[in-house]
Amino acid sequence: MNESNMTPSNAARPKPWNNPKVRTFVFQTLALATVFWFGWTLFHNTLSNMESRGISTGFGFLDQTSGFGIIMSLIPYDSTMTYGRTFFVGLLNTLLVSAMGVVAATIIGFVVGVARLSSNWLIAKLALVYIETIRNIPLLLQIFFWYFAVLQTLPSPRQSIDVADMFFLSNRGFYFPTASAEPGFGWVMAALIMGVAAAVFVHRWAKKRQLRTGQLFPALRIGAGLILALPLLVFVLVGRPLIWEMPALTGFNFTGGASILPELAALWIALSLYTASFIAEIVRSGILAVDRGQTEAASALGLKSSFTLRLVVIPQAMRVIIPPLTSQYLNLVKNSSLATAIAYPDLVAVFMGTTLNQTGQAVEVVAITMAVYLTISLIISGLMNIYNRAVALQER
Amino acid sequence: MKKQLLLVAIATTLAGTMMAGSLQAATLDDVKSRGHVQCGVTSGLPGFSQPDENGNWTGLDVDTCRAVAAAVFGSADKTQFTPLTAKERFTALQSGEIDILSRNTTWTLTRDASLGLNFAGTNYYDGQGFLVSKALGVDNAEQLDGATVCIQAGTTTELNLADYFRTKGMKFNPLVFDTSEQTVSGFAAGRCDVLTSDRSQLAALRSKLEDPSSAIILPNIISKEPLGPVVRQGDDQWFNIVKWTLFVQINAEELGITQANVSEMKSSTNPEIQRLLGTTGDMGEKLGVPADFGFRIVQTVGNYGEMYNRNVGPDTPLGLDRGLNALWSNGGIMYAPPVR
Repeated sequence: MNESNMTPSNAARPKPWNNPKVRTFVFQTLALATVFWFGWTLFHNTLSNMESRGISTGFGFLDQTSGFGIIMSLIPYDSTMTYGRTFFVGLLNTLLVSAMGVVAATIIGFVVGVARLSSNWLIAKLALVYIETIRNIPLLLQIFFWYFAVLQTLPSPRQSIDVADMFFLSNRGFYFPTASAEPGFGWVMAALIMGVAAAVFVHRWAKKRQLRTGQLFPALRIGAGLILALPLLVFVLVGRPLIWEMPALTGFNFTGGASILPELAALWIALSLYTASFIAEIVRSGILAVDRGQTEAASALGLKSSFTLRLVVIPQAMRVIIPPLTSQYLNLVKNSSLATAIAYPDLVAVFMGTTLNQTGQAVEVVAITMAVYLTISLIISGLMNIYNRAVALQER
Repeated sequence: MKKQLLLVAIATTLAGTMMAGSLQAATLDDVKSRGHVQCGVTSGLPGFSQPDENGNWTGLDVDTCRAVAAAVFGSADKTQFTPLTAKERFTALQSGEIDILSRNTTWTLTRDASLGLNFAGTNYYDGQGFLVSKALGVDNAEQLDGATVCIQAGTTTELNLADYFRTKGMKFNPLVFDTSEQTVSGFAAGRCDVLTSDRSQLAALRSKLEDPSSAIILPNIISKEPLGPVVRQGDDQWFNIVKWTLFVQINAEELGITQANVSEMKSSTNPEIQRLLGTTGDMGEKLGVPADFGFRIVQTVGNYGEMYNRNVGPDTPLGLDRGLNALWSNGGIMYAPPVR
């Protein structure tokens, strides 16, 4: 054996350009530098082009007066406020319809998905028809359908459908009374908190009792009753400390009370039904992914089928359901931007539509809007991933 | 080998971005090499720009563009039209997608100064008004407190409306749609009480209703809306061509040159007519267009009065009389600088 060939220095010291560590370092820096340089050039090029064409740049427009009105705003807004304010109004409207849509779509989707697997032939076929029809029609058409179908069937404000002179339904929206609290309302809030605490306590006690003796206790119903009845009792005892503001027809529209716009209703219904049809298929695939042996074992133990579904099948199915469900939620949030088609003042309609056009600063406005949607989507998928990890089965 | 590719890639990106920085080609050269004028118009507003069932565009704004094509190419048919909503019209022009924006756009300071655009004149002096259903029993805009108003997004209409109602101390609910057809649907369905826009547009939109006589245009005019063609900043030659095409049409009406008599007028001895039609002088050469550009404009599209009467005049479904848009010598304010 020739030792000179095997000296460590020879074997471990190749030429620099053959050394894999050096090469990775050099190429990675080169690639990163190229990316950064490309990004900087794009940015700089855009700015200098806009300057040479006389298009104003910068974010100063956010402090200028907007000068236009918005029909629905969750925060106080009028036309003397800034463009920055319109951004927040639009953002809140988008979040509102997205949150409402996510809740409704999940509930409807789960119900329809489970119904699709029902042993009742009629229910299963109805669910199938619903899924196949709604899934295959473009969402924009569905939004138009609900908006114009809702609009055209509802009466004008002067002939609106009214219930007990408190609730009014017309093609301007659904008007309902609002309440403002008087001094005694604090007691009612305290009673509510106590009711919630009592419900949690009952639930815990019922669980311990079940573990000990195996007996079931209607904790859910009792808990719900406590949460509702206790504050109601206190409310009546303290003398109804609420001032109601009733909507009333004055001139062209209703004043007083609050309303749900037909634009919001149509967008919400269309978004929920459309996304629910996709969620239903995801739920169905999740349930079918659970081994049939689990259901058989559960029924062999004597569990009712509703308990089997709730306690055995769905928890295992959630592993399969949650990732595609996250995608559907993100789709719903992004699809809510179709609000521009029916005059619902969401972020895209108000900020990327009107503000962009009045200020002419397309690059900044679109960049902000894209960043906002990206942030919302990342937050939703982040939360869903946390939930996913929490309910994941502990593998050995 | 891979390293060489990387170096080559870097070199080409460098070269590419450097060339992109000098993207200020003259619009006239682009138009000539392309062979037609690309014109941005509305998606369908009767009287101003509307396609018929064969896809042929007609209207006042359409004719303004066709006149420019006649000036540059000698034929008004060398135009192609891009329908645009109010929200996308300025970005389309800024980005170079269209050469002229002829889309009843109001001339305002903000648009002139901060969008990188130039307004090449006014082809229609208008004002904002309100369209209401007769059944409401309203005869003046000051009775509209609390009304729901349908508007098109991204227009001066939104701003003027807010200003008007605020100064009068009245409240309103704005319903903002993307296109004017949607505003009409909303109005016809009863979702809003009032439709607001430039009065010429109101006349056009009313003609789209099932029963046009069921709606009236209120007498209030709440703003000035000078509508006209728009071009990009930084291209003075193209700006001059578009500007003077319109001025030639107005001057032609002043001098009594019509589509019918323009060929005879070529032999006129009036020096103004001679300069306008290109028989003498080099007006066309100064602008960068053929010498007989004036003749071509009037021959193909007509003078301003003919263009007006054909599209929005008293004999059309819109039925708008000249009013402010008459010549300055006839009680209106259409006044063009002399062609000399």
